[in-house]
Amino acid sequence: MTPRGPARDAWRRLRANRGATACLVGFAVIVVACAVGPVVCGWFGLDATRLDLELLAAAPSPAHPLGTDNLGRDLLVRVLVGGRIAIAMGLFATAVALVIGVTWGATAAYLGGRVDDVMMRVVDTLYGFPIIPFVVVVRAVFDTRSLVSLFLLIGSISWLTMARIVRGQVLSLRHREFVEAARALGASRGRILWRHIIPNTAGPVVVYATVLVPQTMLIETFMSFIGLGVQAPLASWGTLVTEGSTQVAVSPWVLAGPAVAMGATIFALNFLGDGLRDALDPRGAR
Amino acid sequence: MLRLIVGRLVGGVAVLAAVATIAFFLLHAAPGGPFDGERRLQPSVQRNIEDRYHLNDPLWRQYTTYMRGLAHGDLGYSMKRPESVGAIIKRHFPYSLILGALAIGFAALFGTAMGVVAAARRNSWLDHGVMAIAMIGISVPALVLGPLAIRYLALGLGWLPAARVDQAAGYVAPSVILGLIYAGTIARLARTGMIETLDADFIRTARAKGASERAVVWRHALRLGVVPVVSYLGPATAGLVSGSFVVEKIFQIPGLGFYFIDSVASRDYPVLTGMLVFYVGLLIALNLVVDVAYGWLDPRVRARASGAP
Repeated sequence: MTPRGPARDAWRRLRANRGATACLVGFAVIVVACAVGPVVCGWFGLDATRLDLELLAAAPSPAHPLGTDNLGRDLLVRVLVGGRIAIAMGLFATAVALVIGVTWGATAAYLGGRVDDVMMRVVDTLYGFPIIPFVVVVRAVFDTRSLVSLFLLIGSISWLTMARIVRGQVLSLRHREFVEAARALGASRGRILWRHIIPNTAGPVVVYATVLVPQTMLIETFMSFIGLGVQAPLASWGTLVTEGSTQVAVSPWVLAGPAVAMGATIFALNFLGDGLRDALDPRGAR
Repeated sequence: MLRLIVGRLVGGVAVLAAVATIAFFLLHAAPGGPFDGERRLQPSVQRNIEDRYHLNDPLWRQYTTYMRGLAHGDLGYSMKRPESVGAIIKRHFPYSLILGALAIGFAALFGTAMGVVAAARRNSWLDHGVMAIAMIGISVPALVLGPLAIRYLALGLGWLPAARVDQAAGYVAPSVILGLIYAGTIARLARTGMIETLDADFIRTARAKGASERAVVWRHALRLGVVPVVSYLGPATAGLVSGSFVVEKIFQIPGLGFYFIDSVASRDYPVLTGMLVFYVGLLIALNLVVDVAYGWLDPRVRARASGAP
């Protein structure tokens, strides 16, 4: 028998929410498909770079289930390969935002006073700031095209809400009994913050991280659209959708495949985020 | 209230100055000189150009010249076309302004209506249906919806014109698509805000005195319920700027965003930094308006701002 902690209760409530469970399963299927799909397709003679010169921009057919693009590349494989970068980008950028946001919010709340005022004023200011055009200008000027700099950049502009959430949580936790107890036992301030308080903010942080992944994926799409994102030999859902958007009048399937894959992933994660919020906070606004 | 406005104004100017400074140094760090071409220029021409753009001054001098120019509204000159950034903004911004205002107006009205209806009929099929629509609005990017709208609504069915800004109908699809993601977010915020407000004591009082359900929802609860929506309008407008890049490009609207993307492609750095400074100034002004509206809507904020306990 596993003990019944709060996490287990939340898991049980999430499982009871059929929509959210379906989204969790759906997202897992998409991730697995992107991870192993290209290999499996290879067994059937489909690969991402082979050009089928007889079938340029061909509609879906048994040979190419999602059709081909205007260079005769199979779109199913391209969508799966593009999903690898898109999802990895979303996860890594979210991880970056998570680290910055948690550190920022927790530090502000725990130190309090003027430090808190200044740190949260920065967050408030950045909220109303055209941060994406700013990043575009920086990226254009320095002409960097690497994937690492892309997810670092996306992550480093997506932490604001995370910082606010964590700050609110820490403020409500820092005078609780278990914190008093840790202090009474002589734990240092850093240890109390990182070992006792921050782990207790996990619930809302997980919820927000879930919906942050689709948001960062949308930023990746935007950057790829304006030509500063994922670059040509590589493909992501962003570049595929961009490509498809220019050909929609003649060959709509070039847009349809990646658009459906990306839309479904984003929808699943957003919906899962809602389900997680309800599961972790049974008193929530429902 | 006045103190709040003055405080925000001072902060805004400080942020603007900081961004202008960053913009200046970005411009300085940009690779290559603006006049490095295929052909070498005649030395006298080169010298004239460098004098005109103050390229021979020491760096601090260039910086003060730049900042002084900014204070007088001079955002610099394009490297690719013989015109100033200010002239470009003047010509292209009106289109973006119309598009942005329509989009945010659509998002605020449609989103709030969806959220309020969903909250008033909590956990009904109407609620779930409306919220599913909001979720789709959040999940499908304009980059997908825009081309689809052109393909099927404009070219297929002929209901709307494609890529026309000389008639009002041309703005319908772009502004709805630009506003949709914010409409979805606003619907969710409005729903949560309304549910919380509808559970408040003063609503029970309103019900107890016999107010109709419609009056309770639309007159008593709405004002406080939409406070989260109003505070989201600032960030939404900031997001609208980058959204407009995509929508203007797709629908070929000759707005600032269209020009911005063009300048990214042609590496016209002064235009990029000039527009960035303009966008920052614009958003600071808009956020100030939102802050004032926020205080007007929620008396508690007003009281806090004027120093009352």
